[in-house]
Amino acid sequence: MLEMRKDIFADERDDNLNVIGKGLQRQDMPGHVTGRTRYFDDHAFDGMLHLKVVRSPHAHARIRSIDIAAAQRAPGVKRVLRGADVPVNKNTLLSLINFGKDDEPSLAVDKVSYKGEPVVAIIADSEAAALAARQLVRIDYDLLPNVFDVEEALKPGAPVVNETYPGNYFEYHQRYDHQKLRFGDVEKAFAQADMVLEHRYQMSPIEHAPTETNGSIAAPEQNGRFVVHSCAQGLFFALGTAAKIVDVESNRLHFIGGTVGGGFGGKVDALTEPLAVLGAMLTGKPVRFVLDREEEMLYGSPRGAERIYVKDGLMRDGRIVARSIRSYFDAGAYTRLSSYAAIKCTAHLPGPYWIPNVASDVYVAYTNRCPSTAMRGFGVTAVDFALEVQMDRLAEAANLDPMEFRVLNAYRDGDMKAHRRVAKNTALIECVQVVAEKANWPLSEQAKRQSSLTGGVGERALIPATPLDQRGQIGRPDTRNAPSSQVLPAGTARIPLSKQPVMEGDRDGRAKPTQVPRYESAQPIAALPPYQPAQTSNPPAPAYQPPPAYQPSPPPPAPPPAAPAQTQHGAVRFSSVFGTRRR
Amino acid sequence: MAKIPVQFRLNGSDRAAFVDAPETLLNTLRRGLGDFAPKYGCGQGTCGVCTVLVDGEPQLACLTLSVACEGREIETASGMADGPDLHPLQAAFMDHFAAQCGFCTPGMLTAARALLAKNPNPSRDEVVEGISGNICRCTGYEPIIAAILAAASAPGARRA
Repeated sequence: MLEMRKDIFADERDDNLNVIGKGLQRQDMPGHVTGRTRYFDDHAFDGMLHLKVVRSPHAHARIRSIDIAAAQRAPGVKRVLRGADVPVNKNTLLSLINFGKDDEPSLAVDKVSYKGEPVVAIIADSEAAALAARQLVRIDYDLLPNVFDVEEALKPGAPVVNETYPGNYFEYHQRYDHQKLRFGDVEKAFAQADMVLEHRYQMSPIEHAPTETNGSIAAPEQNGRFVVHSCAQGLFFALGTAAKIVDVESNRLHFIGGTVGGGFGGKVDALTEPLAVLGAMLTGKPVRFVLDREEEMLYGSPRGAERIYVKDGLMRDGRIVARSIRSYFDAGAYTRLSSYAAIKCTAHLPGPYWIPNVASDVYVAYTNRCPSTAMRGFGVTAVDFALEVQMDRLAEAANLDPMEFRVLNAYRDGDMKAHRRVAKNTALIECVQVVAEKANWPLSEQAKRQSSLTGGVGERALIPATPLDQRGQIGRPDTRNAPSSQVLPAGTARIPLSKQPVMEGDRDGRAKPTQVPRYESAQPIAALPPYQPAQTSNPPAPAYQPPPAYQPSPPPPAPPPAAPAQTQHGAVRFSSVFGTRRR
Repeated sequence: MAKIPVQFRLNGSDRAAFVDAPETLLNTLRRGLGDFAPKYGCGQGTCGVCTVLVDGEPQLACLTLSVACEGREIETASGMADGPDLHPLQAAFMDHFAAQCGFCTPGMLTAARALLAKNPNPSRDEVVEGISGNICRCTGYEPIIAAILAAASAPGARRA
């Protein structure tokens, strides 16, 4: 089951992975229990200055004027910064890996797009002085209409939240308004299904609420360098982001971190480091920029709220034959990491099940809410909630036990996943079996005999014929706002029909290209891989008929089907962002 | 604004500082005296990461004025270990994996220390009540509760 790839980095390892079951002391524990662990704020500097930002009180407004004269004259104030003082005042986090357009200012210049967006930064010799001067900044706003709902934001004529993305959606590859997944033909399968169930799931934004708030201290070092004590979860991410925004070589920044007082994803955004570094450069003194608790709760980026529509085609015997998902990520006003979350979400669908026909459209929508970011499995957590609630509803509709229902539809080693990777190390069936046993949940003998190691063969191992649409993409055109239309969204262009999705070689035991039915153009769909629509004689009953793939024989040592024996040395990594493999 | 001299005992040593009238004990300890064990978490008395003992009573340093501590005995997590010898609570926290990010740990240890000083053999409910003013976002509290109960029954725990 679990494959230990001890050959990866074999020459660099000296361990034998033999620590399981042994009590080892964590190396950071003595520091934690004696209070000696140094977090970013636990450093003393002489003459340290304190930075506080003035935030927008409006969710969406044009900035008419900013008057900082009174704040500059206030006692203790050393420097007041506006957007024009920031060398590179537009950034997007993933620009470090060349993904997405710079869309977020460090300090807003022309307009604010969410309540709490920083506009002016005040650097003073005490926190109290900075807070007092904050009251003296005068900013005149012209209010703009705002939009807080993901689907409203995507409608034509909605207020433009983020001028970098005028359609209020993240543009994948500068062209596409969503992440699209097509596997088989869901429409045909829905037509043949005994039942079709559709439900809507709405998530809330969630604040990480770490006990340590976001913050950093930047101080001039020798030789033109700056030391930065940072709360960052991704220290080099924060370093690169700060270097870009402040426009210095990254080797002039010396980031120190690693002790994070709770992160959970909320400390990857480099919320404070760039301005702290800039403040230290402009004043020549240590500058501390720490969010207070109110700022952390209100303006620290949360988990994005997602709206997910799940539509499933179900046969009376319990097999799911089609699953279609339409999902909207609420990015808030700026991208941050939401573009990546939608990719993760798409790669995860349709969940740990084998479903022969899958379609999904996942949108990243901009709204006038606080920008959202990473949080513990973001992109997957919410859609998993939606899918599992949906699975319970499907089980009820099929009159099946929910555990048996999951065993029946579980994916198995060798299955072709909807994103065209062969499933490996699958263990849903075994998990259900163990959970049922521990919970004293009655499971049928047949379900107890199932194994993830077998059954992922035949049509389950193949990519089904998948129709192309008129845009030359897989799937139907423009499903962004329910009914399909021939009108292309702004900024998109038709690409020739001949464009074929490129399949890569046969690494990892994926079906060889010859076995893969080629993508075909839209209209006549050559016979789908054999699917017998519900010819079950038995009425809905707890005992299910196994689908043909089930072999309730005791699991043999089972070499995964079609997996060519291979020795792979060196790590093969899959970059979900670029969709490419790198060695 | 004229500074006000304040003297107190911090973890057994006499210390003095010049403070502003509205300055909190948390700020004086961290920025004035360099004891970074008490943390800033909320500044509103809700999270407990700044918990210290003032004359043996658990207090929130972020809501305690430094000038009110004149002549008092202040104890923080920095003073719990005796050289290399850990306090039984500290040892129990290590053994029971009762810290993850570690940020709440100094306040949690201090609250637990106050509890055991008053009630050397607390019930589980009393432990839960004793740390109810301290927020931990990582552990889910169970390892912390187990550690405090273990420390209470360990030899030497009563010296608190």
